[in-house]
Amino acid sequence: MGVMSRKDLLLFLGFTVTVLAMPIWLQPFGAAYPDLLQRFMIFGIFAVGFNILFGLTGYLSFGHAAFFGVGSYAAVWSFKLLSLDAIPAMLFAIVVSGAFALAIGYVSLRRSGIYFSILTLAFAQMSYNLAYSVLTPITNGETGLQLTLSDPRHLDAAIGQAAGGQPIPTLLGQSLGGFAGFYFCAGFLILAFFIAQRITGSPFGMMLKGIKSNQTRMNYTGFNTKPYTLAAFVISGMYAGLAGALLAVTDPLAGAERMQWTASGEVVLMTILGGAGTLVGPVIGAWLIKYFENIFSAINEGMLHRFFDFLPDGVDSAFVAVTRKFVGEGWFLTLGLVFVLIVVFLPGGIMEGVRRIAGLFSRSRRAPTVPGQAVRQPQPAE
Amino acid sequence: MTLLKRGPSRRRVLQTGLAGIIATGVAPAIFTRGAWAQEFCNNPTGDTVTFGLNLPLTGAYAEEGADEQKAYELAVQHLNGEGDGGLLPMLKPSALKGNGILGKKVAFVTSDSQTKADVARAGATRMIERDGAIMVTGGSSSAEAIAVQGLCQEMGVIFMAGLTHSNDTTGKDKRRYGFRHFFNAYQSGVGLAPVLAQEYGTDRRAYHLTADYTWGWTQEESIKNATEALGWQTVQAVRTPLGAADFSQYLTPILNSGADVLILNHYGTDMVNSLTQAVQFGMRDRQANGKDFQIVTPLISELMAKGAGESVKGIFGTSNWHWNLQDAGTQAFTKSFGAKYGSPPSQAAHTAYVQALLYADAVERAGTFYPPAVIAALEGFEFDGMGNGPTLYRAEDHQCIKNVLVVQGNESPTSEFDVLNIVQEIPREDVAYDPAMFGGDLGPAEPVPMCA
Repeated sequence: MGVMSRKDLLLFLGFTVTVLAMPIWLQPFGAAYPDLLQRFMIFGIFAVGFNILFGLTGYLSFGHAAFFGVGSYAAVWSFKLLSLDAIPAMLFAIVVSGAFALAIGYVSLRRSGIYFSILTLAFAQMSYNLAYSVLTPITNGETGLQLTLSDPRHLDAAIGQAAGGQPIPTLLGQSLGGFAGFYFCAGFLILAFFIAQRITGSPFGMMLKGIKSNQTRMNYTGFNTKPYTLAAFVISGMYAGLAGALLAVTDPLAGAERMQWTASGEVVLMTILGGAGTLVGPVIGAWLIKYFENIFSAINEGMLHRFFDFLPDGVDSAFVAVTRKFVGEGWFLTLGLVFVLIVVFLPGGIMEGVRRIAGLFSRSRRAPTVPGQAVRQPQPAE
Repeated sequence: MTLLKRGPSRRRVLQTGLAGIIATGVAPAIFTRGAWAQEFCNNPTGDTVTFGLNLPLTGAYAEEGADEQKAYELAVQHLNGEGDGGLLPMLKPSALKGNGILGKKVAFVTSDSQTKADVARAGATRMIERDGAIMVTGGSSSAEAIAVQGLCQEMGVIFMAGLTHSNDTTGKDKRRYGFRHFFNAYQSGVGLAPVLAQEYGTDRRAYHLTADYTWGWTQEESIKNATEALGWQTVQAVRTPLGAADFSQYLTPILNSGADVLILNHYGTDMVNSLTQAVQFGMRDRQANGKDFQIVTPLISELMAKGAGESVKGIFGTSNWHWNLQDAGTQAFTKSFGAKYGSPPSQAAHTAYVQALLYADAVERAGTFYPPAVIAALEGFEFDGMGNGPTLYRAEDHQCIKNVLVVQGNESPTSEFDVLNIVQEIPREDVAYDPAMFGGDLGPAEPVPMCA
């Protein structure tokens, strides 16, 4: 038995190829522009990290955006004080968000279930309000933290690097705008996915799954479950910090909105939509939500008219009038509908749909010889 | 922890890892090679040129955003030679021909910025990267304007700010690629203070409620400085979150604070709510320190005055422009806008429209879309006919210097749009200031940053 089963390896390779080829296969969907691709990667990492906590241990954190925001602020401060290079910024962000997660996790994990969720929500909302109006010297409040020409950047100054013009983050002198930024983030998503895959398959991951299915029994058999849940919480907080830092690398502005409870809710939606407890599911969920947010929200009446052009005149405007409500500012409506449909009909998320379809095929192919093909039971989303 | 130790992992990890790294390193070269054979961002090659309109269609400033969108649609029509031409013939000097820009038809894409800086930036990036916008314009919050302006500087795309009143937009956070036609908080303070002194005396005690972001901060500071120079005292300045629906918790303490003037550094629905609630609290019927209690709204627009209804009557503020001005430019624009949408334009609509025209004119004069050339054409440009009297686009900070209006809520409106009266037109010499006052650095125009 090798380190990665054949199935895992195939999944990993398939995932890698899918991610790296995104600029090509997303072309027909109008989503193959660098900024959105970067967001796909970043929120993919965020969701993968969230799934380590929620999918494996079953602890539903409603405050993960706090770590995301802390990562962003830490990265921007590193750009301001240390260097425009992305590497120190990301290290700094991961360390800071990890420490922050340790502190919040230590307190919140004293409770489980709904109490845990409420505690994390409360902490996140506190962080948001701190960032929004109390700690404005550090966060610049609603205006958002930005880079300026006059930032000290001690490391850059020490090695005699004076950037001409508007400061932008770089990687060893290479600009990270556009597609370079996308591949930079994609590398991290693949790495994050790989680590998550390893964690899921490891004894540590087993332990986390054990906690999810019956924590009391784990305790009775003599395991102290607290260090495991705390470790999962911190790891997932560091993932969020990494994602936040990447968002600051590709776009060096940190705003308080990304810590708001809606942002925390969004990552929960992503994970449940895609399939909590699965590896690929949360990433797909993140992509889907970001796609809706960026593409559906940009569709306006003119585009709808062009789309329904083939229909006769009156029908055409009727269709536009109805669909108008579901695009543009109404994209939340569409997302809500999709979410309801998925939770009602596919409680395991999109991945359950994929499994059902795959099960259908394999059954019809092998049914005569192998009765009772083991279809993995979907994990219920808690 | 090590219950199930499994096989020799290192080799497999290294192999897979290396494959991933190589794929990551090689892939960019494959996909991006030769994709961008243009010398600056979104150089228009076809027969159209695209404006990116970044507008708050939801959130606290949504109403301004909707009005701006109408104005931009009108401006695009006029630039393309459709409709009645609006202000096109009024701009002096003008290089506009009414056949698009440099012969290219003007098109536009929109994005809802939700009155949030983060979202505004994402939207602007989308319009630049995906839709090929040559210029980004709009916005009705300074937080948005500053965020998008920074982005545009990185991308090498010109940003023509819409409604943004913070001193920082052309002060501490000014950018070479950002331009502002709208006036700012400092000019409001300088313009408004003498009128306040004349109406309310010089021994007032003021209490500020301030929207908690860059615009609120600078307006609070500017008004404080201007009124304290008159002899007023500032009792307290309280920050309120942007988009708060209920201000009663902030209004109650004012009654016992010893203040006799309330200054509302709010805008949009915030202002409509805080002003209406303050009046419902009976503040305007109160006496404090032996004087009538007064409310001042340093920045006000007809949209907000309309929203506040009865509450706004008699209240002083400043505006960038008003549709009731009597010059030819204002009349032409009000007529054109009214004919299309059935209501007079707001100051947000006016500044949006003028910005679109000024950009187009600068491109025509430069003879190219190359951003540094357009920037050079806009810097130090002196023009007239846009409804604000003679106006200068200052080269040092990209701030337009023009007259400022002091307005007052109309006591007896003759129509639902006739809600503000112009009290005084402060000449531009009086509201001009040293561009170095707020610090900041424009940064270079060249080399032109290359958007992805």
